[in-house]
Amino acid sequence: MNKPAFRGSGWRSPRPGAKPRMTQFALAVAAVALFAGACSSSDEPSTQSGGASVTAPAPKGAGNAGGGGTLTVFAAASLTESFTALGKEFEAKHPGTTVKFSFAGSSGLAQQLTNGAKADVFASADQPNMNKAVQGGVIDGQPAVFATNKLAIAVAPGNPKGIKSFADLNKAGLTVITCAPQVPCGSATKKVETATGVTLKPKSEEQDVKQVLNKVASGDADAGLVYVTDVTSSAGKVDFPEAAQAINSYPIAVVKGGQAELAKEFDDFVLGTEGKTELAKVGFGPAQ
Amino acid sequence: MLAVPATLALALVVLPVVGLLVRSNLTRLPSLVVTPSSWHALRLSLLTAGLSTLACVLLGVPLAVVLARARFRGVRLLRSIVLLPLVLPPVVGGLALLYLLGRKGFLGMLITALTGESVPFTTTAVVIAQTFVAMPFLVVSLEGALRGSGDRYEQVAATLGARPWTVFRRVTLPLLLPALGSGVVLSFARALGEFGATITFAGSLEDVTRTLPLEVYTQAEADIDSAVALSLLLIVVAVVVIAVARPRSWEGGLR
Repeated sequence: MNKPAFRGSGWRSPRPGAKPRMTQFALAVAAVALFAGACSSSDEPSTQSGGASVTAPAPKGAGNAGGGGTLTVFAAASLTESFTALGKEFEAKHPGTTVKFSFAGSSGLAQQLTNGAKADVFASADQPNMNKAVQGGVIDGQPAVFATNKLAIAVAPGNPKGIKSFADLNKAGLTVITCAPQVPCGSATKKVETATGVTLKPKSEEQDVKQVLNKVASGDADAGLVYVTDVTSSAGKVDFPEAAQAINSYPIAVVKGGQAELAKEFDDFVLGTEGKTELAKVGFGPAQ
Repeated sequence: MLAVPATLALALVVLPVVGLLVRSNLTRLPSLVVTPSSWHALRLSLLTAGLSTLACVLLGVPLAVVLARARFRGVRLLRSIVLLPLVLPPVVGGLALLYLLGRKGFLGMLITALTGESVPFTTTAVVIAQTFVAMPFLVVSLEGALRGSGDRYEQVAATLGARPWTVFRRVTLPLLLPALGSGVVLSFARALGEFGATITFAGSLEDVTRTLPLEVYTQAEADIDSAVALSLLLIVVAVVVIAVARPRSWEGGLR
């Protein structure tokens, strides 16, 4: 900096007295943005774990059955496809009723419920998170298991790295990612590791299945451990027999303080034939 | 008249922290904070936030000077583009970085071809993500100060016979220092709190990419007491940073 830095006519000369205001304005903008940044950060967990409210429109038509009102269902992110379909069927059977879903990670949902979130039904992707809700005193009656899920290996389409087994994941040069042990898919991965004696060296321990899938889909990871029901068409799927060592159960329950009767009907619907059919379509196993 | 909204504003900042304190399990607090994983996360956070603040200064100061001085067409557009990371949700920034520097991104492919290394899932990726979100804070506060101060003082100094280098050293730099100070603190704070871009672009692995905010998020899945304890640790770090490097411009240091 040895040039006449601020000399010459190139500079805009603001009105006298403008200086402090502009500095203050810039600082204010920065401070507001900092706050906004912090806000959006704390919002992310729910969106990243597939948190989205999906409202299936209520069908019009002559209703003969009673009902009406809105049923709010908190369901694990992995249930998005099957429960959205089930919600529509339920609405068709109960004219006037709207089923609203909040899909997110089970632990986040359990935390929301114990902190006072209003819902009628809670469907968790594992027992521990349902237990948290029960211990939090927000569950009415006994939870019932309606489906089971197990792990599979998600790979790039066409499986270019030729991954055939769980042990193959330790081959040199592979970028493998898993869920963190703190979340259900990660604890299932740990169980399989213990059962097989194969300890993985993941490049990243993600917060949920969707993030694992995204990084496999983007090509930044060669393989990721996810639930069998999560492997969509964007990635290839490799099943492995050891997955049977870590079957996890999905319990559903009525939430206290909601529309108990309608909620119970929805639970029975999910546990019944219609529920079994929809859940089997996306790869869930029957309750054991 | 201002007292009521001002009190509300203060309450909005202070009360949530009080809520966290009330919720914290004080008897377990020491054992929850002093764990290898939280130590790793704290160390990684300070290291990466420090490095990214350095990168912000090295890249952001020249950018701010150019933006404040330049008179070419499109400079206003350029200014808006620089502010983009302020407005974007960090997770979008993370995705954008992933599709640029990831293994299938065009720059990422080039880097892999040249060096054999890939950027995602490394500590470097954390620093890049933090720099991306934090740099606008430095640029905004510096550019505002540069444009606001204008060149009147410099012109006067020059007419009094000061040489250009002396003008820069004795007039321009002292005028800029408060803004630079607050810009540095803001960028460091933003980098320290970075979450969305990091988890999307760099992933989350202990001692490599799992910074303190990511550790809080991971712990919240399993043990909420532990997450609360780590949140308090993060707040303490933030308060220390602000107290130590308290930007003078916030207190009217120029007067």
